[in-house]
Amino acid sequence: MRKLTVAEAIREAIREEMRRDKRVFCIGEDIGIEGGFGGAFGVTQGLSEEFGHERILDTPISEAAIAGAAIGAAIMGMRPIADVQYGDFIFIAMDQLVNNAAKLRYLSAGKIKIPLVMRIPVGASGRGTQHAQSLESIFSHIPGLKVVCPSTPYDAKGLLKTAIRDDNPVMFFEHKLLYGAKGRREAIDVSMDVPEKEYLIPLGCADIKRKGKDITVVGLLRTVHTALNAAYDLEKEGIELEVIDPRCLVPLDEDTILQSVKKTGRLIVIQEDNLFAGWGAEIASLVTDKAFDFLDAPPKRIGPPPTPVPFAPVMEKYYVPDEKRLIDEVKKMI
Amino acid sequence: MSDEMKIEKGKLIQMYTTMVRIRQFENRVYLLFLQGEMPGTIHLYQGEEAIAAGVCANLTKKDLITSTHRPHGHAIAKGVSFKSLMAELFAKKTGCCEAKGGSMHVGDIDVGMVPAIAIVGGGIPVATGLALACKMMHLKRVVVSFFGDGASNTGAFHEGINMGSIWNLPVVYVCENNLYGASTHVSKVMKIKDVAQRAISYGIPGKVVDGNDVFAVYEASREAILRAREGKGPTLLECKTYRRGGHSRSDACRYRSKEEEKLWLSKDPVSRARERLINMGILTSQKAKEIEDRVKEEIEEAIEYARYSPSPKPEDTLSNVFA
Repeated sequence: MRKLTVAEAIREAIREEMRRDKRVFCIGEDIGIEGGFGGAFGVTQGLSEEFGHERILDTPISEAAIAGAAIGAAIMGMRPIADVQYGDFIFIAMDQLVNNAAKLRYLSAGKIKIPLVMRIPVGASGRGTQHAQSLESIFSHIPGLKVVCPSTPYDAKGLLKTAIRDDNPVMFFEHKLLYGAKGRREAIDVSMDVPEKEYLIPLGCADIKRKGKDITVVGLLRTVHTALNAAYDLEKEGIELEVIDPRCLVPLDEDTILQSVKKTGRLIVIQEDNLFAGWGAEIASLVTDKAFDFLDAPPKRIGPPPTPVPFAPVMEKYYVPDEKRLIDEVKKMI
Repeated sequence: MSDEMKIEKGKLIQMYTTMVRIRQFENRVYLLFLQGEMPGTIHLYQGEEAIAAGVCANLTKKDLITSTHRPHGHAIAKGVSFKSLMAELFAKKTGCCEAKGGSMHVGDIDVGMVPAIAIVGGGIPVATGLALACKMMHLKRVVVSFFGDGASNTGAFHEGINMGSIWNLPVVYVCENNLYGASTHVSKVMKIKDVAQRAISYGIPGKVVDGNDVFAVYEASREAILRAREGKGPTLLECKTYRRGGHSRSDACRYRSKEEEKLWLSKDPVSRARERLINMGILTSQKAKEIEDRVKEEIEEAIEYARYSPSPKPEDTLSNVFA
């Protein structure tokens, strides 16, 4: 085993799948330019040397056409991995993803498959409001799209390989601070041992990142790590958090969450995505609906205020829910 | 008369028949809507038949097309069956989209038609992607994207065509300029005379053609499709045409003058083609009537088929969301 960052794990997943299946290719902005940077976050660095520019396809800054072309290619049986640099830019491609990727199979009497992976970097990372948003909830709201949100290198690799082999459009969210980029002071180091032997992680299987008996905390992407840090601190005070990472919002592993809440009797969801009509509300509703009798307290959600993501580090820090807010909430609930 | 003389006789009759099929199909469909037998809304292709017929006569079953909210003509010309089309309009399980699409989404990938995309301009990037795959997979297939004048003002048009152009993809972008985006005249939303001029920005050929002349459409699209098939890249083909009716079924067309309507009605593509084929000695009035009768018979069969086809079960709503 060797340690990999999330960026390295994603790159390895792409490389393995491209070697395995000639139909897999990457399409996006600045992903294979010689002397360039391998996509906005270095993920595709070095891939064009191995696979050539026909399979690491550099595009104009045309998000709608990137998504649309990926959809068209997928209809024909190719397996595109599309990239639009920052998730915030994907709004330009929304029509293609929502009206075409999510619906053409439904309209085709089941004759069309759209095996498309859309890689979507999200999260506040010191870059200001249009390079910062979390979009998991928006896409989870659209029937016909799968939504995957890995928080660790191990999960990122195993889930991406599965997503590439999936016959449906998969929105694959990556948190910018988790990539493991060297030299960015805000980056969170989540590098870890990743097996060299091939493995896949099925979509729709939550992972219990830490076992505990007192409160179930559900996080996603960055907030999984926030929850783990809080759990570490609270352990010293004798409070045990059970940290659950759904890893996918669509399909959602309801059972793992419900089983945990039935044990702990308490639920806190911590999300970087907007609270209103967000994914955390869905989890809270699930638990109230199917585990009501087991609850010892109302489910709580922690998230950002209803504002755009601010730039000033002091404001961004205020905006993104952190360990302290989680710990305060835990203490109120216990 | 020189151009059409080069077109093989069988091809001319085939194109004419396709136009008659579209015209008669929609005549009947329009009545069924007015009688209230069909749910939903319709956007009729009447007046634009020469474009679908002329372009698709150059395509094989394996070639692909994308279409718009006005897709009946493209579907018929590409070979979607009357029965599955009619059943779709009747919202029956036997419809080409199993009743999940309706008029604006007809299509059948088995004959090379992606279910029609009803968002203006939305099909253009998808067509580029279909063509990208054809190139990557070394298939000798060509993709045609049909869209209206309105679509040429969307970002998807610019992004999609530019991308097709830089990669020399086997795709032909066919603009059906019927002069109005819903009720808005093109002159209000475009400062240039022809949509085809926009081809210059993408470094590809742009050509204006009389979209009510099936011979001209056939010739121009033949050249463009051949070019695409040979790997020389896309063409933007603008076919000037006119809707015989309104934008949709509730449109009384108060934004168009009677004179303008009259002028374009006199250029009706179906009667023009019939007259010219008769003048060329390829068709007789008798033969034309036979074609029309046969088509009408086929349409009545399709209506019967659709009427007596089963409705989808309410819970069929749940199928085919994911593969």
